[in-house]
Amino acid sequence: MAIDTVTGIKDLAAMWRIRAFEETVHRLRMDNQIVGSVHLCNGQEAVAIGGCSVLRPHDALFATYRGHGWALASGVPPHALLAELLGRSTGVNGGRGGSAHFSAPEYGFYGENSIVGAGVPIAVGAALAARYDHSNRVVMTVFGDGAINQGGVSEAMNLASAMKLPVIFVCENNRYSELTPIADMVGNPDLAARATALNIPAVHTDGNDPAQVRVAMQMALSAADAGRGPSFIEAHTQRIVGHYIGDAQQYRSAQEREADDKREPIARLSVALRSAGIGQSGVDQIEDSARHEMELAEAGALKDPIADIASVGEHLYA
Amino acid sequence: MPETAALNFGGAINAALADCLQRRPETILYGEDVAKPGGVFGVTRGLQKVYGDRVFDTPISETALLGAAVGAAMVGRRPIVEIMWIDFALVAFDQIVNQAANVRYVSQGRLSAPLTIRTQQGNAPGACAQHSQNLEALLLHIPGIRVCMPSTPQDGYDLIRSAVDSDDPTVVIENRTLYAGEKSQVTTGKRIDDIGGHRVRRHGDDVTVVCWGKVSHSVMQAAEQAAQRGIDAEVIEAVWLNPFDTAAVRDSVSRTKRLLVVHEANVTGGFGAEVVARIVESGVPLAAAPIRIGARDTRIPAAVPLAEAVLPQTLDIVKALDALTAT
Repeated sequence: MAIDTVTGIKDLAAMWRIRAFEETVHRLRMDNQIVGSVHLCNGQEAVAIGGCSVLRPHDALFATYRGHGWALASGVPPHALLAELLGRSTGVNGGRGGSAHFSAPEYGFYGENSIVGAGVPIAVGAALAARYDHSNRVVMTVFGDGAINQGGVSEAMNLASAMKLPVIFVCENNRYSELTPIADMVGNPDLAARATALNIPAVHTDGNDPAQVRVAMQMALSAADAGRGPSFIEAHTQRIVGHYIGDAQQYRSAQEREADDKREPIARLSVALRSAGIGQSGVDQIEDSARHEMELAEAGALKDPIADIASVGEHLYA
Repeated sequence: MPETAALNFGGAINAALADCLQRRPETILYGEDVAKPGGVFGVTRGLQKVYGDRVFDTPISETALLGAAVGAAMVGRRPIVEIMWIDFALVAFDQIVNQAANVRYVSQGRLSAPLTIRTQQGNAPGACAQHSQNLEALLLHIPGIRVCMPSTPQDGYDLIRSAVDSDDPTVVIENRTLYAGEKSQVTTGKRIDDIGGHRVRRHGDDVTVVCWGKVSHSVMQAAEQAAQRGIDAEVIEAVWLNPFDTAAVRDSVSRTKRLLVVHEANVTGGFGAEVVARIVESGVPLAAAPIRIGARDTRIPAAVPLAEAVLPQTLDIVKALDALTAT
């Protein structure tokens, strides 16, 4: 299968940065240097890098609590992100957001949301603002297969459709609504059909192929730019880790996990690039470079001061 | 340029909204039935005609409406959203509590949510339990949300203007039974105060009454009746509930030594409890135990005689004034 190795190498590098970051976070969490609920995105990296690759500086992204990958792909520096998770004053929110609720608007990352589905109406509002503010902003809102069952998500999609707002609805379907198979939780397993029913153009895409994700995202962006309103992308993917760190995943069989470990985007692209000529050493270099970057970020963040207690009451009001 | 016009409560709010839309191009005003129909109570009549697509109608989707207000505010608009009955705010409470209230704090001020939620509350004859509640206490328990409650035309004008100018999520709680009331002279187009503040509706030395909302009118009636029996009540209407003017209440009670708090909301967990707690905590000497008047702790039934048996009446307030000044 022919592959554009130049793009492939860039994509693998971008995905490895996220993977290396998440593995660092996992280790720090197991060590209790990071505390609290942490939701890693290992296995879902292709959707994040494909999605972010089409966004421009004037666009806005709203993510879920599984958002470290989306933040990194938006350009949020790993040191500042790790510092946030480690509760340092140098964190993107000075430690106030934590793993599940941080934002970094200077990178277009308007934030994670730890309430399932709640970011979708907010994202639609940012798109509504574009009707008036001459920003040409397109808004991307990411949510999981579980989130689509939240009523507010349907409300937001309907509003965006009725008002033809420039929104890209991205459903990362990793097959699990938290710990429960989504297939058991829906009357219709075709989640994109809900968008179609609202007259929103919807596509299913292979969420494990960054190139395909990019094509779908670009089409949606162009439609929004052209004033044709919202689009919906159901990106089929998988997480190769638990719902949260500490989830023993007893609800998944060994065979299922092995299969997922093979189809996940880093494994898949590595195989393709090896065969295309960059070889194992080429692939290893990409991994090593990512790990090195994250080692530096970790070393830096661990030296940073703890979040500032004296200012804990500030910024509640204007 | 300040102007004066005879406006009723609804008209004053309409004038304030028009002035906000005029002065602040970043405002947008939306909600269910507010634009073309002019609002179910006519309060937003005529605004879409003048301000065009900045004023629009929406589907019945409170979560989407409030969420969109948060998002639009985060990127620089100043949304004014109507929630038709405060009871419906419950449908989308996440967007107020978990979303709007968190924006500034969690981002350390990098993001903010300068939105205004206009709503109305309280019982009206025949209103059912789901259309009769007074829920300010739920909002007042939430750090990050500003709350005000006008009950007169001038305050209707002033508070809407202050709320929209506020850079924080602000809820203006109106009352539908007041919209079509008497007109009074309202000064519009004037310099607007920052949020916060109270109104001394009546000066007195014998007892301090703190109240808010429509029930403030019953409090004034009761105060007049009590005056005829020599009880001189000081009536403080807390038009701003967050921020709340605790110092003003404490100063008044330090003179009168007697405190009555009156709200239409249910007694238990009502904001009256907070007021009493603050005054007692302040250590100001009291000549009698404070009294709170509110709705009985029950649901609000639809039939008028049933509702009247549950809700605070002028007579209840008069009796409390008597009781407080008996010793």
